[in-house]
Amino acid sequence: MYKYDHYDQTIVNERVAQFREQTDRFLSGELTNEEFLPLRLQNGLYVQRHAPMLRIAIPYGLFSSTQMRRLADITDKYDKGYAHFSTRQNLQLNWPKLESIPDILAELADVEMHAIQTSGNCIRNTTTDQFAGVALNELEDPRPWCEIIRQWSTFHPEFAFLPRKFKIAVNSNTETDRAAIQVHDIGLQLVKNENGDTGFKVLVGGGLGRTPILGEVVNEFLPWKHLLTYLDAILRVYNLNGRRDNKYKARIKILVKAMGVDAFSKLVEEEWQHLKDGPATLTEEEFTRIKGHFTDPEYQELENQDKLLSEKFAESKAFKNWFDKNVNPHKKSGYASVTLSLKKLGVPPGDITSKQMRKAAELADKYSFGELRSSHQQNLILADVKQSDLPAIWEEAKANGFATPNVGTLTDMICCPGGDFCALANAKSIPIAEAIHAKFDDLDYLYDLGDIDLNISGCMNACGHHHIGNIGILGVDKKGQEFYQVSLGGSSYDDASIGKILGPSFNAEDVPTVITKIIETFVSNRTEDELFIDTVRRLGLDPFKEAVYAKKAA
Amino acid sequence: MPRKLLKIETNPSIVEDNFLFIEKDFDGDISELSGEVMVPSGYWSKHSEALKSSELKVAVWLDSDETADTIKDFLNDVEFVAINFPKFADGRGYSIARLLRERFGYEGEIRAIGDVLLDQLHYMKRCGISSFEVREDKDIEKSVNMLRTFTESYQVAFDQMQPLFRRR
Ligand code: SF4
Repeated sequence: MYKYDHYDQTIVNERVAQFREQTDRFLSGELTNEEFLPLRLQNGLYVQRHAPMLRIAIPYGLFSSTQMRRLADITDKYDKGYAHFSTRQNLQLNWPKLESIPDILAELADVEMHAIQTSGNCIRNTTTDQFAGVALNELEDPRPWCEIIRQWSTFHPEFAFLPRKFKIAVNSNTETDRAAIQVHDIGLQLVKNENGDTGFKVLVGGGLGRTPILGEVVNEFLPWKHLLTYLDAILRVYNLNGRRDNKYKARIKILVKAMGVDAFSKLVEEEWQHLKDGPATLTEEEFTRIKGHFTDPEYQELENQDKLLSEKFAESKAFKNWFDKNVNPHKKSGYASVTLSLKKLGVPPGDITSKQMRKAAELADKYSFGELRSSHQQNLILADVKQSDLPAIWEEAKANGFATPNVGTLTDMICCPGGDFCALANAKSIPIAEAIHAKFDDLDYLYDLGDIDLNISGCMNACGHHHIGNIGILGVDKKGQEFYQVSLGGSSYDDASIGKILGPSFNAEDVPTVITKIIETFVSNRTEDELFIDTVRRLGLDPFKEAVYAKKAA
Repeated sequence: MPRKLLKIETNPSIVEDNFLFIEKDFDGDISELSGEVMVPSGYWSKHSEALKSSELKVAVWLDSDETADTIKDFLNDVEFVAINFPKFADGRGYSIARLLRERFGYEGEIRAIGDVLLDQLHYMKRCGISSFEVREDKDIEKSVNMLRTFTESYQVAFDQMQPLFRRR
């Protein structure tokens, strides 16, 4: 993974000193709330319902066991002993004190971490596939590009006060898209042209929130050297032309829609002609330097362990279940990637205790070269596990609450913090997730259902990505009461689509029953092993509407 | 009354300045102006010949919703260019400054006016802004230090045209 040199370290240290001084000025009354707001946001600090919330950056979801241990220590020392992995691969603390934030940032800087630009109207943490570098069907490792983008976007002086937040995602997989690039402000797909040169297909204007839209292609093949100048051009066009009069119309997607993608692309192209081949053009040398930080660990030459595994499967159905759901294939024979599930019944999705954090660090050291990843589905990943270690790791994961064998299933929900923590929420989301989880606790039934993404957001801001859940649940406010709107048919992968609203919203108690009816409708209509999303696409919403709203009509 | 101005010549320092800000909707005759004035870009376009041949010292200011190329042809005729930040969170001025410098090659003074606070000075400087009318309720004496917060930057901007990756 990327290691800081003295430049990176200096920049992060200077940031800590800067924020310490800014916090002092705020506490002494020299800075007003309004003036302090973007300064704290660009250091990851929100003021939430109960206390400030600090969002710590985990660039493209990759971190070390040392960093995880430090995060656990911080969680104990400054918070209540648990933290929350977000849908942007970051880690959130829900109860830190404003006065202690500079100290927390200093402790993070010690282990090459920070909270820079994790919120605010600036370029946010770049995200990618949680299996980057080890997945099958990968064109090349996307992480060096993410790191190049991280450095370019860190304190970019021109783009610190954009009309609205700005999110970039990179995908390099040719078969699937775990980074959901079509719903990002900029989505970058690594591609090769006919000469075998690397470049990017560039999508702009995707996003969730109030107006969910899929991104549109502005460039089919951008040669890699021009990545940063092209990003500069897009951002400049957006910075100058994006709407600033209405925060709900300020995202780049609205600009692209208003102008039309052709006119927008033309403007970008014109701007780019001035920047192209300028000093920000990437060099072979820089790419080699960055790529050198993402070399393969010292894999052993191993055979696939099919025999051992099938013996274990025969011994234990539970192990087989876990293997089927929580283990992913690896590019290197004899290895696999393990997902440590943070979706245990009774625990808010993505939540983790400091004890579990230390345990995860220990597992990483023991089994996976000391590295961890966080996924946008709010789970943790050990990317480089020997297949022969799988039975042992399963036992340890089970003992520590990490082995819920539900990855990809209905109960592997994405869920935002919602009304329990978030000041913007219309409704709670965590209790809804728990109530649904409790209803679908029968694993055999869950597996029979196949993969279903269920995503929950507590308000329009869509942090829980409800639009791209196969089933989406959105908290709405009706005359001061919490209600839930359900949508079906969303998808975040390469076949991305935005879900359609089923009909009138429901109160909290009814949601689990509504989900049950939807699932029953699916089961009685599916053909053989058809996936939920495919059934919805094939049949449309009508049968689901009938099932859910039937009683009311009668 | 002179106002204090943070100005970067070779080194940043605090100087006095007498330029009078002329409102955007000013439509008066040139004879109503005297001394050192900062006129809105629209006024300049309308009266440029008269302004050039007058005794006045004239600077022009751009609002954040105006584009840099509207003034590109008369950059050499004005004392300096000011960019208005109607609210500090309106970031268009940063792009406007870079365009004036890097696209149109303007080498004179670019001044930030309006809602200019301390914590944005570093970014403004990086984008090529060279003088700052810090809002009067802010302690301008602290401003020189604010420019020293960061000793390194990753990316290209006007104050450092070589990205860190070409220097490291
Ligand atoms: S979706 Fe709304 S409620 Fe949920 S975390 Fe985001 S802002 Fe808060």
